[in-house]
Amino acid sequence: MKIWVPMDSAAKALGAEAVVAAIRAEAETRGVEVEIARNGSRGMIWLEPLVEVETPEGRMAYGPMTPADVSALFEDGHEKALGLTDELDWMKRQTRLTFARCGLTDPLSLPQYEALGGLAGLRRAIGMKAEEIIDEVKLSGLRGRGGAGFPTGIKWDTVRMAHADRKYIVCNADEGDSGTFADRMIIEGDPFCLIEGMAIAGIGCHAEKGFVYLRSEYPDAIAVLGRAIEIARAAGVLGADVLGSGHAFDMEVRVGAGAYVCGEETSLLNSLEGKRGVVRAKPPLPALEGAFGKPTVVNNVISLATVPVIFEKGAEHYANFGLGRSKGTIPLQIAGNVRHGGLFETAFGMSLGQIVEDLGGGTASGRAVKAVQVGGPLGAYLSPEQFDTPFGYEEFDGQGALIGHAGLVVFDDSADMLGMARFAMEFCAVESCGKCTPCRIGAVRGVETLDRIAAGDASAIPLLTDLCETMQDGSLCALGGFTPYPVMSALRLFPEEFGAVREAAE
Amino acid sequence: MRHSHPTSEELQALIDAQMHLEGPLLPILHAIQEACGHVPEAALPLIAETLNLSRAEVHGVMSFYHDFRKAPAGRHVVKICRAEACQSMGANALSEAVLDKLGIGWGGTTPDGRVTVEAVYCLGLCACAPAAMVGERLIARADVARIDAELEGAA
Repeated sequence: MKIWVPMDSAAKALGAEAVVAAIRAEAETRGVEVEIARNGSRGMIWLEPLVEVETPEGRMAYGPMTPADVSALFEDGHEKALGLTDELDWMKRQTRLTFARCGLTDPLSLPQYEALGGLAGLRRAIGMKAEEIIDEVKLSGLRGRGGAGFPTGIKWDTVRMAHADRKYIVCNADEGDSGTFADRMIIEGDPFCLIEGMAIAGIGCHAEKGFVYLRSEYPDAIAVLGRAIEIARAAGVLGADVLGSGHAFDMEVRVGAGAYVCGEETSLLNSLEGKRGVVRAKPPLPALEGAFGKPTVVNNVISLATVPVIFEKGAEHYANFGLGRSKGTIPLQIAGNVRHGGLFETAFGMSLGQIVEDLGGGTASGRAVKAVQVGGPLGAYLSPEQFDTPFGYEEFDGQGALIGHAGLVVFDDSADMLGMARFAMEFCAVESCGKCTPCRIGAVRGVETLDRIAAGDASAIPLLTDLCETMQDGSLCALGGFTPYPVMSALRLFPEEFGAVREAAE
Repeated sequence: MRHSHPTSEELQALIDAQMHLEGPLLPILHAIQEACGHVPEAALPLIAETLNLSRAEVHGVMSFYHDFRKAPAGRHVVKICRAEACQSMGANALSEAVLDKLGIGWGGTTPDGRVTVEAVYCLGLCACAPAAMVGERLIARADVARIDAELEGAA
């Protein structure tokens, strides 16, 4: 009997280790031989810990499991039996390209990785010229999944053509946005995919060294990726001669230290170099003067982890999914006050309402949805009236919003939107790197101004609007520049909570 | 293993072990905190000397990052997520209850030195919020009882 139990940290936080212990104990009591295998999460977080039992028909899912549910696994008719995992609605409706293997394999088994298409992309890339590698990425239409949406192929090309004795591939795994966990899930569930993507980037851009800047809040991901790099190195996937290609590429994990702003690429580079994580003015672009002053690709985890499937299946296959200029798939992360939270990879173009109501099943509390914040703490709030907006870069931009890293945080009607606006300013004040004034001072003044509004002084509203404009136009990076998104969208959508309507009536 | 009063030889050894890295300062600070539970003041001149930086620069880097402590924390560190997804599931009420019960504020340590409570902004458990961490253990759908139970278990 083979039983899969996820080692994803969400599953563990929901009790996966206790379930593993219970399975071991039960198997021993019954004298049944059980092999417990560990996998990543399938993304159905509301069903975690999701235990799967291998059968001749396929993997049967059970969840959410508790130790008390374990003994019935060894008998017929389990009350938490969900059927074949692959036949579950949530799984069947997805287009899993980046997350194709996540949850299927043992994250640290290179043979299992290869058996499901792993390394095929890297092998194909090895047979190509650097320009051809870049062209393939350009053709796929892949855009930066960290949120900015910059075309990945163009960034790579800039680095490829730069002249320098050293170049770097830096993976931004400083996934600090609330509501996002795709980076964590793929690193914990399919780390070789990221390693392969970085190796392809290295060969395409003539870079021999990669860094993964991984946040300290993800200890499990740090451990899994570190181990995966060792395994990849031992197998010759990394090192002086990548898969016998003659190309050298190696990488290491660098752990962040709890600064949200280090998710901004130039601040990340400073941090990597051992400096304060202060934002750098651009130009120079990191692609020309990045880590240690050398040409550097800085890409998000999901951008890099999507590269292998583009090379495995071909750029056109990837580009055939999506909507307009938002090509390919996006791992939606449905979070917050939601019944069915988790990760759902799909082509761009699904409407926000479908995502929240249909996939997410509405709120966890059963109350009405009040607002959805998309794209992390710097993303705008959207109301149910905007639920027909298709999920795409340009489409969200048209709504004064952004998709960011595709995290969606659902709030029910008990949410205090003035409080959330204040929190956005407070967060910006705490996390500001301090380099530019609109962010450093503006965020503090923003908190004070919102406190005046909360105290009933509606005359402070124009001041808040003006302050947000200054922050948006005058800040050096997205922290100060985008904090106005949640603040102004909350004000626009829920003016009555800011006392604006009350004043107009007077 | 952890000891909060390392000798300068011990500190120097921790520094030297990271010197093969490019940009070794953050790994050095992490290594010292890992070994000592905080970054002792005495480490700063040693780091500055080794990296050919001024003490002010080293201090500037250390104080920039939330992770690095000047003094040891309580025996158990509880981190409670304050970010939006957790707020949507009642994180504010949770943290208020935990802090009230222990009689401390954010970043505070109980007078007996047992528990420190810190804010954290996102543990990546946003689909099973609110999230907390007791020591190295993650807790999803956290409540006061679960956090208490983890603290008791950790004694």
